[in-house]
Amino acid sequence: MSTSFVLNGKPTTLDADPNMPLLWALREVAGLTGTKFGCGMALCGACTVHLDGQPIRSCVMPLSAVAGKQVTTIEGLQSKPARAVQAAWIGLQVPQCGYCQSGQIMSATALLEKNTAPTDADIDGAMSGNICRCSTYTRIRAAIHAAARSLGATA
Amino acid sequence: MSIDTLILQQPTRRDFLKGAGSATAMALTVGFEWAGPTRRAAAMAAASAGAPFAPNAFLRISADNSVTVIAKHLEMGQGAYTGIATIVAEELDADWAQVRVESAPADAKRYANLVFGTLQGTGGSSAMANSWMQLREAGGKARMMLLTAAANQWHVPVAELSVEKSVVHHAGSQRQAPFGALVRMAAALPVPDKVTLKDPKDFKLIGLQAPRVDVPAKVNGSAQFTLDFVLPGMLVALLKRPPLFGATVKSFDAAGAGAVPGVVKVVQVPRGVAVVANSFWAAKQGRDALKVEWDDTHAEKRSSAALMEEYRQLADQPAVSARKEGDAAAAIRNAAHTVSASYEFPYLAHAPMEPLDAVVKLTASSCEIWAGDQFQTVDQGNAAKAAGLDAQQVSIHTLYAGGSFGRRANLGSDYIVEAVSIAKACGADGTPIKLQWTREDDLHGGLYRPMYFHKLEAGLDANGKLTGWRHVIVGQSIMADTIFAAMIKDGIDSTSVEGAATIAYDIPNISVDLSTTKTGVPVLWWRVVGSSHTSFAVEAFIDELAHAAGEDGFSFRRKLLDKHPRMKAVLELAAEKSGWGSPLPKGKGRGIAVAEAFKTYVAQVAEVSVDDSGHVSIDRVVCAVDCGTPINPDVIAANMEGGIGFGLGAVLYGAITLKDGRVEQDNFNSYRVLRMNEMPKVEVHIVPSNEAPTGVGEPGVAPVGPAVANAIFAATGKRIHVLPFPKAVLELAGRTSA
Repeated sequence: MSTSFVLNGKPTTLDADPNMPLLWALREVAGLTGTKFGCGMALCGACTVHLDGQPIRSCVMPLSAVAGKQVTTIEGLQSKPARAVQAAWIGLQVPQCGYCQSGQIMSATALLEKNTAPTDADIDGAMSGNICRCSTYTRIRAAIHAAARSLGATA
Repeated sequence: MSIDTLILQQPTRRDFLKGAGSATAMALTVGFEWAGPTRRAAAMAAASAGAPFAPNAFLRISADNSVTVIAKHLEMGQGAYTGIATIVAEELDADWAQVRVESAPADAKRYANLVFGTLQGTGGSSAMANSWMQLREAGGKARMMLLTAAANQWHVPVAELSVEKSVVHHAGSQRQAPFGALVRMAAALPVPDKVTLKDPKDFKLIGLQAPRVDVPAKVNGSAQFTLDFVLPGMLVALLKRPPLFGATVKSFDAAGAGAVPGVVKVVQVPRGVAVVANSFWAAKQGRDALKVEWDDTHAEKRSSAALMEEYRQLADQPAVSARKEGDAAAAIRNAAHTVSASYEFPYLAHAPMEPLDAVVKLTASSCEIWAGDQFQTVDQGNAAKAAGLDAQQVSIHTLYAGGSFGRRANLGSDYIVEAVSIAKACGADGTPIKLQWTREDDLHGGLYRPMYFHKLEAGLDANGKLTGWRHVIVGQSIMADTIFAAMIKDGIDSTSVEGAATIAYDIPNISVDLSTTKTGVPVLWWRVVGSSHTSFAVEAFIDELAHAAGEDGFSFRRKLLDKHPRMKAVLELAAEKSGWGSPLPKGKGRGIAVAEAFKTYVAQVAEVSVDDSGHVSIDRVVCAVDCGTPINPDVIAANMEGGIGFGLGAVLYGAITLKDGRVEQDNFNSYRVLRMNEMPKVEVHIVPSNEAPTGVGEPGVAPVGPAVANAIFAATGKRIHVLPFPKAVLELAGRTSA
């Protein structure tokens, strides 16, 4: 069976079990491996992608549920907030092992796309679903603030 | 692997160079290994300047000026690649922007961890410590050869040359040449036996903030972990393991699994029954449908609560002495005040973000492995045994690891051996197979930080001076029944007592005893190893003693550290930077702790607050660290921040518990770890030093638990004796615990 949707801006049809979680369809069928597997139960956020602009956990989202929708992965990030986030991640040297960082960046980007000046509480709310076992949390927080500042400066 | 790396392994070049450079005392494999004709022709055509210059096993310079550093250590997050490259680039005076890192093949002859002796592997926070002189010499010798090449070409003395960012300069004649233009001539020169290394005051990269080499790829999703590694025709395997440690397969029914579309094979292996499929999803569904009957005759069926009760009893039985000076029992008997306490520590899972995984391509005569491999030599041996091959027939490609915290360095190579045994059961026909663990597999999979019980007793004289200290530790040995068992000396596994038997405080009468237990639960080192529990027991107990002596926790510790100036200095630095002693508003508390681990000294001051509704939050941790020469201060700070978060998650929530032998935690909902909203502010202060560098991956974990526990005492008057922090204590303070 095939499912059609827009993947990183391109109309895409994936031929796979419609019950297959989007995570594995992206990774093993579409060949986009930036989105990671961490828990399989929407508990860690490593698999976060954007569905019609909203951050979702792709490990529990059946492929069939994205039919006709827009899916953005780390490989397809292009928005201004996304670039600001990635630049801040490099500027503040956020990643350690790096495995969770695609998910962190997807969550942070979704936050900044809605809220250009997030408070610490906003960051807690948006980011507490993303686990980082290396505990890069202090730098993630600082990088989100830095990205918000850079977006403000260029707005 | 690039062509150039393959060339490094060609013996013919080494024969040619036999006379050129003998192995140094640091076991540096020095020798010229030219690029092969194809690469050379391509390079010469491209740059008209010659072939890559690979003067030793650790670096290669190409005609395009790129400097490739060969990392013998795994990059699992702690910045090993960046540190390794920094050391080489420093002595080479390379342009950081042109430095690349690639992982070394498994080859203990060239790439042994000098702290481990003859084994290649990463752990014990040793990557910088053991690489320091080896890589400085590697870089320095290569630099000298490039200088000699330039001097010969320009007919000037070497002493008149300088190097700046990969360019050799001769001031007198105003000539200059980039490294790339010199590689051909340099490669024809003998490797110098000795080289003068830089004076630390001349360091240009070491001590500065060289950006991490792995960050760009980890920000755009392109960094390749084992999870991401794909070979043509590769199959994915999930393994169904027994629900109890020590159980084995009695029988299985593969009908349900075999009916799942995409499932290719169902095979029995020593560790369970594997479902091999053309996708993860098919393998997962197949495994869910697989029926296995287990034989649990020899399985561990006890509960962790029952084990802890046994440990409590054992603490009063005779044990093996790990340290004894003076007469602790008499000193305590004669003391004006005595204090006693016990501390209980649970099993802990490492839970790295990337569940364990490995790709294996097995044939009748070769075994090729791709993994975030932390223990190449051990894994090579174990894989060979599982495959029925010689170790030399096993090659390992080390990829980025999505965390490890010790989990991937295990003496039985569990995940590697599973992958090999599945490939073997599938016919060893060269079909690549990726073994993928799930999070549930990870938390159920054993090799935990052991459970421990600590009992402490101490005496103070009438002036509050510490006169006697008795410490009994009860728990499993990490090294017993493994290939490292020979390292257990006189009944003492040092990993059970480090941080306790090596306590730095000046105590005239001291005894530290160990009672080693046996259970069916497999155990392993977990980030900061022994100090993950000993540091808590020692630093929480010393705080109880300070309180009993009517003294401040900082000054009580400080007086006992005259013989350990570096430890004392970090304690003082953390106290100073945290504003120790300054008044805090009501409901706030400060706690201090200090530890030495892997020859790195760390002190931390934690600040907690209890709000009107009684909710405790950890607001701030001030950390002082002395790790010798700070190779990369930003990476050091990142490791302290990360270690603090990792340690905090464990003391607040971490526990693997067993009920009738069955692990009760399945995923991150029942095995809680620290999240963003719980992370305190962290300040890191690094002691300037010219001492040899020591590790930073683990030591930051050691003091955070006791510092926070001591701060909670300061704020609430409650001591914590059971880890993770008992719900009762948190609830007494009003915290709603989940």
